[in-house]
Amino acid sequence: MRVEAKILLWLGLFFGIMCAVYWTWSMENAGGVMMFFGTGLCLLPGSYYYWWSRRMGPRAEDDPNATQESGAGYVDAFPGSSIFPFTLGMGAFCIVLAMVFGSWMLIPGLALVIWAALGGIAEGRRGGTR
Amino acid sequence: MELTPQTPKGAPAKSRLRRLAIAFALPIAGISLSGCTLPGFGAHQSDTTTGQSAYYLWQGFSVGAAIIGAFVIGLILYAVVAYRRKGDAIPKQTQYHVPLEIIYTVIPILIVIVLFVATIITENKVLAMPKTDVSINANAFQWGWGFTYDNQNAIAVGSTTDSPVMVMPVDTDVKITLTSTDVVHGFYVRDFNFSRYALPGVDNQFTLHATKTGMFFGQCTQLCGLYHSIMYYKVKVVTQAEYQTWLSSFNTPEGKATADAAKKVLKEQMSAHVPVKTEISRGAN
Amino acid sequence: MTTTAHDIQAEAHDHGHSHAEHHGPRGILNWLTTTDHKIIGLSYTITSVIMLVIGGALAEVIRGQLANPDGHLVTMAQYNQLFTMHGSIMIYLFAGPFAFGALANIIVPIQIGAPDMAFPRLNALSYWLYLTGAITMLLGFFVTGGAANFGWVGYAPLSDAIYSPGAGADLWIGGLMLTGFSAIFTGVNICATVFYLRAPGMTLFRMPIFTWNLLVVSILILLAFPVLTAGLIMLYSDRHLGTHIYTVVGGGSPVLWQHIFWFWGHPEVYILALPFFGMVTEIIPVFSKKPVFGYKGMVFATLTIAALSLGVWAHHMFTTGVVLLPFFSIMSLLIAVPTGIKIFNWIGSMWRGQIWFSAAMLFSIGFVVTFLIGGLTGIYLASPPLDFFTHDTYFIVAHFHSVVMALVLGGMAGLYYWGPKITGYMLNERIGKVQFWLLFIGTQVFTIPQYILGLQGMPRRMAIYPNDPQWQDLNTWSSVGAIMIGISTLLFVINIVVSWKKHPAGDNPWDGHTLEWFTTSPPPHHNFFRLPQIRSERPTWDHNHPDAKALAHGKDAH
Repeated sequence: MRVEAKILLWLGLFFGIMCAVYWTWSMENAGGVMMFFGTGLCLLPGSYYYWWSRRMGPRAEDDPNATQESGAGYVDAFPGSSIFPFTLGMGAFCIVLAMVFGSWMLIPGLALVIWAALGGIAEGRRGGTR
Repeated sequence: MELTPQTPKGAPAKSRLRRLAIAFALPIAGISLSGCTLPGFGAHQSDTTTGQSAYYLWQGFSVGAAIIGAFVIGLILYAVVAYRRKGDAIPKQTQYHVPLEIIYTVIPILIVIVLFVATIITENKVLAMPKTDVSINANAFQWGWGFTYDNQNAIAVGSTTDSPVMVMPVDTDVKITLTSTDVVHGFYVRDFNFSRYALPGVDNQFTLHATKTGMFFGQCTQLCGLYHSIMYYKVKVVTQAEYQTWLSSFNTPEGKATADAAKKVLKEQMSAHVPVKTEISRGAN
Repeated sequence: MTTTAHDIQAEAHDHGHSHAEHHGPRGILNWLTTTDHKIIGLSYTITSVIMLVIGGALAEVIRGQLANPDGHLVTMAQYNQLFTMHGSIMIYLFAGPFAFGALANIIVPIQIGAPDMAFPRLNALSYWLYLTGAITMLLGFFVTGGAANFGWVGYAPLSDAIYSPGAGADLWIGGLMLTGFSAIFTGVNICATVFYLRAPGMTLFRMPIFTWNLLVVSILILLAFPVLTAGLIMLYSDRHLGTHIYTVVGGGSPVLWQHIFWFWGHPEVYILALPFFGMVTEIIPVFSKKPVFGYKGMVFATLTIAALSLGVWAHHMFTTGVVLLPFFSIMSLLIAVPTGIKIFNWIGSMWRGQIWFSAAMLFSIGFVVTFLIGGLTGIYLASPPLDFFTHDTYFIVAHFHSVVMALVLGGMAGLYYWGPKITGYMLNERIGKVQFWLLFIGTQVFTIPQYILGLQGMPRRMAIYPNDPQWQDLNTWSSVGAIMIGISTLLFVINIVVSWKKHPAGDNPWDGHTLEWFTTSPPPHHNFFRLPQIRSERPTWDHNHPDAKALAHGKDAH
């Protein structure tokens, strides 16, 4: 976890310095603001990973001498299949088309999104499909 | 750069590195700043002083690019020919060669610094704004150009069907104030090696100093809508005397009438889109 | 040596049941409901290659129009739509999704020994958003007024409701939003997968370079794409909700759009390029029978490109006259350094190797050469005085087509290299080699006349151009190159048909280095039945050639 954190923190540090140099030199606000938030976008997850890396031991994937046996056991739950990404995608499609062809498209769009949200949550609670 | 026997270990690599860097950097720096007789590498010697500076810089960059390009393509060709498969033996599994890697990190950095310094020197020449009396306002609109002259009656307006001619004196600094009334356009004269955006709401100023008389072809380079392809204009560089004659031709009664008519056309062009805009913003508010 | 990989649990938590045998819905329903990264990746691959063909067809029409100074193939209005949609399709719908959606989706989890992406459902959603985004953008051709016609960069105020009314522009914005969200979700997914699902022993500095590049690309996606989406929402609100963010009337600033667009747009260039760099970095060492030269240097070069990429956006805006030239000039020039390191490392990987000129390797070498041309001409453009006279001319067009055609070469290399792994069957090598030579030579015939045209002053996005015999000759040559590229793409389609289910590939046809060559072709539902011990960045090679481990520095001093 520590290397992951370091990558993001170093990137954030570099962006921070670049932002400071650019903003004070150019006094141009659009780029300065975007770089500032870019810095934040690196420091935020970076410090989160760093915080975690101090609170957990090295994982098997961080150990250069780990054997495959050390990774045996429960990894994660992976769904076999699910219709709800498709319904959510189609809902988003209808909502975007509503921006162009009129707000009536919002009706099927929101219906699909709500269906996907409710169905997806229910599916997760049931333990998912295989 | 003779090495004494007392030189500490590691120094030979360092000095070799420095010598290599100098071998790469010196010709680039020398050429880009002096401008000796080199091929143009596809670009052309410009008809303005600023364009000429850019041309020399172009030559410097091209020499560097040609050397580096030939070197790298040579390496690739050599590798491809010399190391093609000759059997099933597994070659030596070399993965790192730290000194070599440092060399091809440091040399490019040195080259970049040289290129940057040359760029800054040229850039300062190109963007210099010397004091001058000749000041032209260039106005871009969909799809044409209007050129007015500070403190003069002279004017040139034209659209896609009749490209306008911007008249300017030779061997004189001419200040151009470029702006746009609607969308982003591009002011570009090929023979001047220069272009600049015409931005709505921004007055872009730069100086042109033509070294040769003649007619030069100009064109809008930034996509500006339907007739972008034919948004031409011309720049006519004339002698100082001819320029004065041309200016005074607008002071005669007929000249004044022509100028007034042209001004009206330009004003219409410039305001053509504005009522639409205000109407829409009013409606929305 | 090898053991069971993971005890992968289905969400139903029926412990003890092997999940390798997958019994899901079949047929079209399987495609609609799948969350398997390989099927999603394959959908991405097929969709983006279809987009490549559509975008390429538009390019052929463009080149047909420009073969004559007074082309009458299309009208000026149609021409504006053509190049806008050609650029938009190629950048937003082909290059990006192909780079981080298609092969990445299939290969990254396998390369790090993961059973799937970290968020399989989100992964599926990414694909559906990409597909619907593509359909939305293409719908523009079928509405009154036609598709978007303000260039793929959509500079305000040309893209606002006054100068570009009509549904085509709105569909362009909507399609971009959908594909933008798709990219963001893919970025989240790849980051989480690489951070959390690596196999034991697969430390970050043992990941294959392709996976490394995709990790960096994902970070860049998360930095850049939200900016674009925000910019598009503001553009939409300018068009329809009466705001004046990008218009001078009402106090807005047109340059703001350029800042926002390019703040996304330049990292986007690396988002497009880095995955292809990664593909080539996988292929060249495998076919030279050597480890990748300077592995750590390669990783740091990638990270350096990412770090610099956030500070270079305004080199697209040098001629606006309102940006800080020296800052963007030095930042852009510096990017040449890590890129140069990569090129030298590729050559180093071939050096003293045993180079097997398979189609994939030929495409990779073609990539390096073409990218070198695009990269060297890019250095000119980092210098403001030189950018002033080449900006918006065909020199720029030639420069970025050298770069993106290099990416197409790299992508083809990736398809020839990983195609057998994905489908289980080899592609025809002979057709592949013919395709390579056509594509490689076609690319140079296509771009080199454009460099000359640009230096002679031909601006880009011209439906017609002044009747100059030399310009016409150069344009004709460029069109010939475009036709060669078109034929080579057709050859690829023919190759798929010809070699359909003919020669089974086996698990490891190329004597590969990384984990994807350890599993079957195509891999089982959750990728691995077993994994080798991971002791370097070449676990499969180490397993197959225990006596030929990579040498540490110092043991190889010549």
